[in-house]
Amino acid sequence: MMKEKLKDINKAWYFLMIVLLGYIILFCVNKESFFLTIDTFISILTKIIPIFILVFVLMAITNYFITPKFISKHIETDKGIKKWVFAVVGGILSTGPIYMWYPLLADLREKGLSNGLIACFLYNRAVKIPLIPLMIIYFKWQLVIVLTFVMILASLIQGFLINKFTREEKQNENSNSI
Amino acid sequence: MDIIRIKESIRKSARALYRSLPLILGTILLVSLMLALIPKSFYLKIFTNNQILDPLIGSFIGSVSAGNPLVSYIIGGELLKQGISLLAVISFIVAWVTVGIIQLPAESFMLGKKFAIIRNISAFILAILVAVATVLILGVFS
Repeated sequence: MMKEKLKDINKAWYFLMIVLLGYIILFCVNKESFFLTIDTFISILTKIIPIFILVFVLMAITNYFITPKFISKHIETDKGIKKWVFAVVGGILSTGPIYMWYPLLADLREKGLSNGLIACFLYNRAVKIPLIPLMIIYFKWQLVIVLTFVMILASLIQGFLINKFTREEKQNENSNSI
Repeated sequence: MDIIRIKESIRKSARALYRSLPLILGTILLVSLMLALIPKSFYLKIFTNNQILDPLIGSFIGSVSAGNPLVSYIIGGELLKQGISLLAVISFIVAWVTVGIIQLPAESFMLGKKFAIIRNISAFILAILVAVATVLILGVFS
């Protein structure tokens, strides 16, 4: 188990090294594009640091309050719709790049959150309330309202589908192991 | 408040973030590379004005693109002005924010390969279906 974890960590560092290798190649081939890319990287990074801090704080809060016992209690007692509403609203309200949320979601899944709810949360991150005024400028407000509604519906459909797929998979794995 | 539990929560969170640090940094570097090297005009050249093919192209281009959704709205608005169909533009902006090919390694690592693949493929298909449903609903009420 520990060996597997270390292997995964190494893979993540390999991924970073491969991307860095791409940057070295770009530097050798085209210095102008390299510096343009570095500028973009720095501007994204400076925007992301506050979100990174927010994610860290949220993770610490969830780690403190949301224990596996708490989740399993709510999973057993909460009505289905409540959980989906939580995933939809949480996804819409969350900010920052999608990949910043992976560690928190992975952590919550370990505490019992279903794959469907995670997918629903991730899909709803596409609904950006602060960007709605800008969207209305580019498209008509009718389109924005309809699109937002349809996207929330699509997030639920995706959540149900992923739950179904992963549940069937788990069942197959269980029956194979028996 | 239990001080030991607080410390433990902070330690756990720090460990989780440290584990994902190379992936987050790698993803930001990859996104920066794409944003800096692919000009906005590139997107205008690839649509064919075919009602069936364009939503697929839109969803595909949106899927492999990354960055602030704001950029997708700007490009989407420009595409509409150029006469590209609403179906293609909606597929494009929806796929931009729901499918993450560039983030796939990070997503696979953190949430599992199968989950990431199923989620991204279904989001790709849903981007087209969302576009069709939106255009149909708008057609009914207009």
